[in-house]
Amino acid sequence: MTWVGDNSTLIWEQLREHLFLSLLPMLLGLLISVPLGYVATRYSWLANPLVALGGVLYSLPSIALFIVLPAIIGTKVLSAANIIIALTIYAVSLLIRNVIDGLRSVPEDVLQAAVSVGYGTLRRVVTIDLPIAVPVIFAGLRVVTVANISMVSVGAIIGIGGLGELFTLGFQQDFLTPIVVGVVLSLALALLADVLLVGLQRLLTPWARVNTPKEA
Amino acid sequence: MVQGFLDFISDSANWAGAEGIGNRILQHLGYTFLSLLIATLIALPIGLLIGHTRRGAFVAINTGNAARALPTLGLLTLIVLLIGIGQVPVIVALVVLGIPPIMASTYAGVSGVDRSTIDAARGMGMTGREILTKVEIPIALPLIISGLRSATLQIVSTATVAAYVALGGLGRYVIDGLSLRDFPQMLTGAVLVAVLAILLDLLFAFAGRYAVSAGLTGRLRRKTDTKTSTAPAPAGVQ
Repeated sequence: MTWVGDNSTLIWEQLREHLFLSLLPMLLGLLISVPLGYVATRYSWLANPLVALGGVLYSLPSIALFIVLPAIIGTKVLSAANIIIALTIYAVSLLIRNVIDGLRSVPEDVLQAAVSVGYGTLRRVVTIDLPIAVPVIFAGLRVVTVANISMVSVGAIIGIGGLGELFTLGFQQDFLTPIVVGVVLSLALALLADVLLVGLQRLLTPWARVNTPKEA
Repeated sequence: MVQGFLDFISDSANWAGAEGIGNRILQHLGYTFLSLLIATLIALPIGLLIGHTRRGAFVAINTGNAARALPTLGLLTLIVLLIGIGQVPVIVALVVLGIPPIMASTYAGVSGVDRSTIDAARGMGMTGREILTKVEIPIALPLIISGLRSATLQIVSTATVAAYVALGGLGRYVIDGLSLRDFPQMLTGAVLVAVLAILLDLLFAFAGRYAVSAGLTGRLRRKTDTKTSTAPAPAGVQ
């Protein structure tokens, strides 16, 4: 336990880097996949190829993607940008399917009602389609967030990995404590992020609570 | 850099012998299949049992979620420090990663079978075992295969990381290349693993198409598909 006290600055630093490296891709992924998903529901021939491409991209091993990216986009091998871009690619490839499913789950008569009371396309998408799609999009977002948090640590092999660097440190020094600390913090982070997302989803979909037996 | 990769992979000297690309691919596939086999032997019966009895959902769903959050590298280094370096700890770590997706999706598939279908089977005089093998497993097969598929992908990528704790396989190129600052070598390992992952994924896609009973691939199949893709499915999404 003394190791934890002596190295609290290091642990804190890696925790912050871990948060940054996993949450930024999640936000970028959401910002990219929502408009992309909307386009794919509008031009429905795009949907299947996009989902299939997502499946292929998601099957790429993270360490492979971290290394191949510099060759393709010309970043430095040891740049944090590789991790962020790679995890954003995973986020988009997983979320795109949920965004499309979510937007398609909006009932046709709801859309017609919105159009007939004079909603323009943008207003309809923002105030009606997206809120109805929130539960499905959030289901994907939760998977992405938790998966990202665990994947960031792999980056430690190439020198950028937040809590993952506690694993390489512990392994090199044949010393268990940093590894245990890293695993526990990583799991706690994933759990906390998941709980926060569930809470956010409840805030965004107040109507979903109306019909629950507790409040009825 | 791409040129360096092409030079590395087209050099026949890099393909021969125990350190050669051919042997590395075989090693990688060996670890993957051995771990997948052990994980399946453990997870499939448990998933079938809790799915059939519809008990233990809590266990199945939570191990699935916890596994997704488990940092691969942390698990590997932890197990190696606990039981020493070698192949056993690496296989153990890969099996641990493979169990939850198989178990969770088997559970989801079997327990998701329509109650009235099971009642009909029971009404025709099927025993519990017959219901499991003739009704529940065939209907759950698409989900079971998708669980095996995500387990395989996770294992094949993690087998790369395992080179960090002194395992062979394609990860060696990544780790050795990194310490030698030999980028073409790293790229070779990365590309080969990616290709391997995609090929295995395709294999499961085809297996899914041919293994699922023809009676289920028609209208009924499409119905179950939309159901699994909109729900926060424990495994199908990966």
